[in-house]
Amino acid sequence: MGLEKALGDSFLLTKLEDAINWCRKNSLWPMPMGISCCAIEMMAFAGPRFDSSRFGSEVFRFSPRQADVMIVAGTTTYKMAKVVRKIYDQMPEPKWVIAMGACTSSGGIYRTYSVVQGIDQFLPVDVYVAGCPPRPDNLLKALMVLQEKVQRGESKGTEPGYLSDVPLNAKQPANI
Amino acid sequence: MKEKLLEKLALKFGESAFETSEFRNELTFVVPANRIVELCRFLKEDPDLEFDLLADLFGIDMYTPHRRFGVIYNVFSMRNKFRVRLKVFVEEENPVVPTVTSVWGTANWHERETHDMFGIVFEGHPDLRRVYMPDSYEHYPLRKDFPLMGIPGSIPLPKK
Repeated sequence: MGLEKALGDSFLLTKLEDAINWCRKNSLWPMPMGISCCAIEMMAFAGPRFDSSRFGSEVFRFSPRQADVMIVAGTTTYKMAKVVRKIYDQMPEPKWVIAMGACTSSGGIYRTYSVVQGIDQFLPVDVYVAGCPPRPDNLLKALMVLQEKVQRGESKGTEPGYLSDVPLNAKQPANI
Repeated sequence: MKEKLLEKLALKFGESAFETSEFRNELTFVVPANRIVELCRFLKEDPDLEFDLLADLFGIDMYTPHRRFGVIYNVFSMRNKFRVRLKVFVEEENPVVPTVTSVWGTANWHERETHDMFGIVFEGHPDLRRVYMPDSYEHYPLRKDFPLMGIPGSIPLPKK
């Protein structure tokens, strides 16, 4: 293997926490919560042209129990909110949420009685993606931002102390 | 087709039984709520008319003191290629219209949707549940006095 050749008799030192987070960030399995048109772009994100497998994230899991990150892609109505939350609750910790698109992040053009004006009213969102719908490259960027957060051991939806010894609120994230 | 239809209606229901109006070759009848089923059945089952397709059924809120709510039926005769519009108006205090599900089966979901959005009750409907809004919802979103952004807290969200 190349690694032994490069290192010779020396060795690498790291914290266990950092090593685990490095593994986590390169195998973020998404739960595709495709609710409306953003889901089409989410599929392109996983497809061969944009190829999210370059980031270890191509394994879309249709069971929340096997997923790490939920990509909420689409207009979330009040009626759907309960379903989204229920699926989110079934995901094992640590877990992350990407709010994809204008509707999901803020209600978007649907400024009306039936649409939740931003899913952060009932879900802890880690990354918001702008666009209507966002291009797949935009979602890739969101994934990369999320990877940085994972490496730092941050997750909005995970209990403090789960990812590291330091409580999450003690170390504020750098500006993203 | 129009002359034949008016003639048949006059014969069956009497002269000027319904308010009739015409705009750009489209016929509209305003029908009293208690005669709508009778009229619909006649339009569908008469062998010369055969209005076999209920193209649409929807509600309207005029927001007037009298005859506030309306139900509008767009019916179409496939064989004669002729359209007719029927209107039924009801009062705000008692918005009840008899169901036409016994005439056209497709009225079932249309009437449920109209009930969901306007609170119009279709008497005799086999399954008058809401379609879009949660079953426990107490308001009717397409009424003119309903605020666009809804009533805060009327639909509970899951806890964060």
